[in-house]
Amino acid sequence: MKIKAIALNTFKEAVRNKVYYLLIVVGILFALSSQIMSLLTLGDKVKVLKDIGLASINFFCVLIAIFTGINLVFKEIDKKTIYNIVSKPISRSNFILGKFFGLAVTLLVALLSMALIFFVFLLLSTGEFDAKVLLYFILLYFELLIISAISILFSSFSTPILSSIFTISLYLIGHLSWTFNEFKYNLTETFEKVVVYSLYYIIPNLEKLNIKNDIVLKIPIESDVFIGSIIYAVCYIAAVLILAALIFNKKEFK
Amino acid sequence: MKALEIKKLKKTFKSNFLFKKYEILKGIDINVEEGEIYGFLGPNGAGKTTTIKCVLGIIFPDAGEISIFGKSYNTGEARKKVGFLPEHPYFYDYLTARELLTFTGNLFSLPKKQVSNRADELIKLVGLEKKRELKLKKYSKGMIQRVGLAQSLINDPDLVILDEPFSGLDPIGRKELRDIIISLKEAGKTLFFSSHILQDMEMIVDKVGIILDGSIRKEGRLSDLISHSVRYYETVFTGVAEAALRENNLETNRLDNNYIIKSESEKDANDIIRFVNGHKGQIVSVTPVKMTLEDIFLKEIVG
Repeated sequence: MKIKAIALNTFKEAVRNKVYYLLIVVGILFALSSQIMSLLTLGDKVKVLKDIGLASINFFCVLIAIFTGINLVFKEIDKKTIYNIVSKPISRSNFILGKFFGLAVTLLVALLSMALIFFVFLLLSTGEFDAKVLLYFILLYFELLIISAISILFSSFSTPILSSIFTISLYLIGHLSWTFNEFKYNLTETFEKVVVYSLYYIIPNLEKLNIKNDIVLKIPIESDVFIGSIIYAVCYIAAVLILAALIFNKKEFK
Repeated sequence: MKALEIKKLKKTFKSNFLFKKYEILKGIDINVEEGEIYGFLGPNGAGKTTTIKCVLGIIFPDAGEISIFGKSYNTGEARKKVGFLPEHPYFYDYLTARELLTFTGNLFSLPKKQVSNRADELIKLVGLEKKRELKLKKYSKGMIQRVGLAQSLINDPDLVILDEPFSGLDPIGRKELRDIIISLKEAGKTLFFSSHILQDMEMIVDKVGIILDGSIRKEGRLSDLISHSVRYYETVFTGVAEAALRENNLETNRLDNNYIIKSESEKDANDIIRFVNGHKGQIVSVTPVKMTLEDIFLKEIVG
């Protein structure tokens, strides 16, 4: 009930902000612009449609996740609305969870709006319904949840500018972190191995959740890899939220 | 049972520069009995808001004990019984007053119907019926203070903590707030509030605690503090020759045919009465001029 109240309020805050709609509309427009790009391309037009369309939706959903997430907790502290939360019979961990779930619903609505329009557009353009695109959106949603959890973590102890720098950095490195796993085979020193291993496990492996190339190039997606990616995302999100709650539990609001 | 009991509360803040420590609360004790209105008085920076923040778990005490109706302050059981209005309140400005009250009610896990009825009652109580569907971003400072008071009462709290509730209110708003505070006391609630506006406090409080530089300088029932604090005695008399007054070196002020003498002690006042009677004069009045809360407050601060 209490987590639901915080989540609902977080959702209300996001949907009563015009920037939220602006990002959704621009995201949809960019996704639909793939039609123009495909007209200018030689070869497989469907591939271009999917490639640019999915990338646009991904980009604008990530923008919503980062810029809503980094302000979520910080704004409560900055505007001192947090006084009215922590003085009530609700634990600080539940507050963090409520904020996360509120952002999760906000992102779900944004993603569903963009995905639905893109599906219809794809159906009208190609005459086929590609169910695998749905799998892409599911994994994208989990990627967005990881980004949300990270942005909430940073926002619980840092300013929005620093939080956005940290979150964007982790997002970018997260798409390259799989290279640490490859890199370790070239290392001989134990210390170097420990550092590289640690980085590999600390930084989110967001490429695990990116199946755009498989969709575009029509590579089969194995169910165990798909489910494994979701389990990885859920575990990573839980770890980040536990850390955020631990930091928040110790925080004083002066 | 004590509604709020604070024992040896200490709090230190570290400055970001050179990690210098500032002792804000130096082991304060506060006792608020059930059903009373407690005024927490002190100049800016004395430690009032820090004390309130410790009680509500917004910051953590370094040492000391805080209990609310016998329960540790940091438990859900204690928090359920408390309503709180912060200083310069700011609420989610994208919500309407009703939505804010519903949200706050949900944080107490109150039944939906109860929250809805209570929200309507409180909006009426604070006089915001016509503005109930307006977003808070359109509210004036005084209206925010009113909606803040309403949200602090959503859970029908037994202890209401108000931090500077009179700031930002016009004279009518202050009168209405005083009436609400008195009606809450009549309903058996305990109120603990800090304020700079001493006249408002003097009119309604049962007990006062004066905090200065992180220490409680004075705590007691307002009636006791004031009755024990006579500033001077004012004796008004007539019918005594001026020569006699000069002879005895008595400094007087004149008002029409009356003389007025201020004496510092009861003994001095009695001497004046004997002098007037001895010189065939007539005593018009003898008034012990008592200290106001402001006098007591200033005496503690200035010394």
